[in-house]
Amino acid sequence: MNTKELTKGIFKENPTFVIMLGMCPTLAVTTQVINAVSMGAGVLFVLLFSNIFISLLKNYIPGSVRIPCYVVVIASFVTIVEMVFHAYVPAVYNALGVYLPLIVVNCIILGRAEAFASKNGVLDSAFDAIGMGIGFTLALTFIALIREVLGSGTITLMPIGSWDGVVTIPLLNKWPVRVMTLASGALLLMGYLKAFFNWKTMRSEKKRKSALKEGAAA
Amino acid sequence: MNYIAILLTYIFINNFILVKFLGLCPFIGVSKNSESAIGMGLAVTFVTGVASVVCWCVYYGLLLPLGLEYLKTISFILVIAALVQLVEMVLKKMSPALYKALGIYLPLITTNCAVLGIAIINVDKSYNLMESFTAGVAAGLGFTLAIILMSNIRESMELKPARKAFRGVPIAFISAGLMALSFMAFDNSLLTNLHLA
Repeated sequence: MNTKELTKGIFKENPTFVIMLGMCPTLAVTTQVINAVSMGAGVLFVLLFSNIFISLLKNYIPGSVRIPCYVVVIASFVTIVEMVFHAYVPAVYNALGVYLPLIVVNCIILGRAEAFASKNGVLDSAFDAIGMGIGFTLALTFIALIREVLGSGTITLMPIGSWDGVVTIPLLNKWPVRVMTLASGALLLMGYLKAFFNWKTMRSEKKRKSALKEGAAA
Repeated sequence: MNYIAILLTYIFINNFILVKFLGLCPFIGVSKNSESAIGMGLAVTFVTGVASVVCWCVYYGLLLPLGLEYLKTISFILVIAALVQLVEMVLKKMSPALYKALGIYLPLITTNCAVLGIAIINVDKSYNLMESFTAGVAAGLGFTLAIILMSNIRESMELKPARKAFRGVPIAFISAGLMALSFMAFDNSLLTNLHLA
């Protein structure tokens, strides 16, 4: 039961590719892998704690004012994330800029609060949040990897010790596909990825149908 | 920075949708026909304009004197939510025709990144009250421009549908990407050439 709540967010109900929620940060911060991972971590933290708190408070929040209550809970945790990032990783804080406070209006978080945490127990809500958060982080990292590798020929990770945290890819670094790092590249890539996932779903459905038909014929 | 420069910046150079990706959800969701696109665009412009002014007053009148800058995110989102509710009630009472046109879009605007985005950008760039209002209206107009263009593209696309896997959202993203490519023609050199920068 619980493992299902955990894994559904990663593949079957992936917030980015399947439900298509929270598009603004997905496209805006995916120019570098490190930014995508940090954004994912921030969202995961906010999602986890807001889901837990909303699930705990669900019997005390009156139905008619529930959305403002959820927003206050979410905004409090976003403020915490903002302060932590500002204090410990100022470079990432500056790179994420306005998109960090904008986690408040990320539809995934309010969506999970409304659709899941307000109806389920604390443990299930926490698992749901972790699954959705990981799904979101993986999707962001995947997009960022494509955009950064093609667009600037590098993979930027956390600097550790004397290593500056940048992996350089030989040929692409010299002749990068610049458009991928620009705004239009993000939109184009998102369109093609979504089309690819649509095509996959259609194909697997077709296969299942023909398998059913064969089964019936046999 | 003068007002024409702010207008040009937020309508063309930093178009909220095509460059900054703020307000992408309604852009994809409500752009299927041009009538609702215009309604959504006008509703957003109205709210970004008013919210810029109100959030500016809250920040400089309340948060800054009390040393509570860190409460900016939480107070802005509450102000915006209350404001949208208020606008909805006022419109319903004062102008039923306008309410009928914009009413269904207003609840959606609370969680529109563009509104909170412009309020935060105004504070980050330390605009004064008039500049904030101009930036708010310009951001809304940029949103309106992009969503109307998008709805026209999608309407004409219905006559020549794309391949099955691309239909709907994917082709919308790809069209938006191509639009963003053409909007790259507007950059800061526009302001320099017009002697505004």
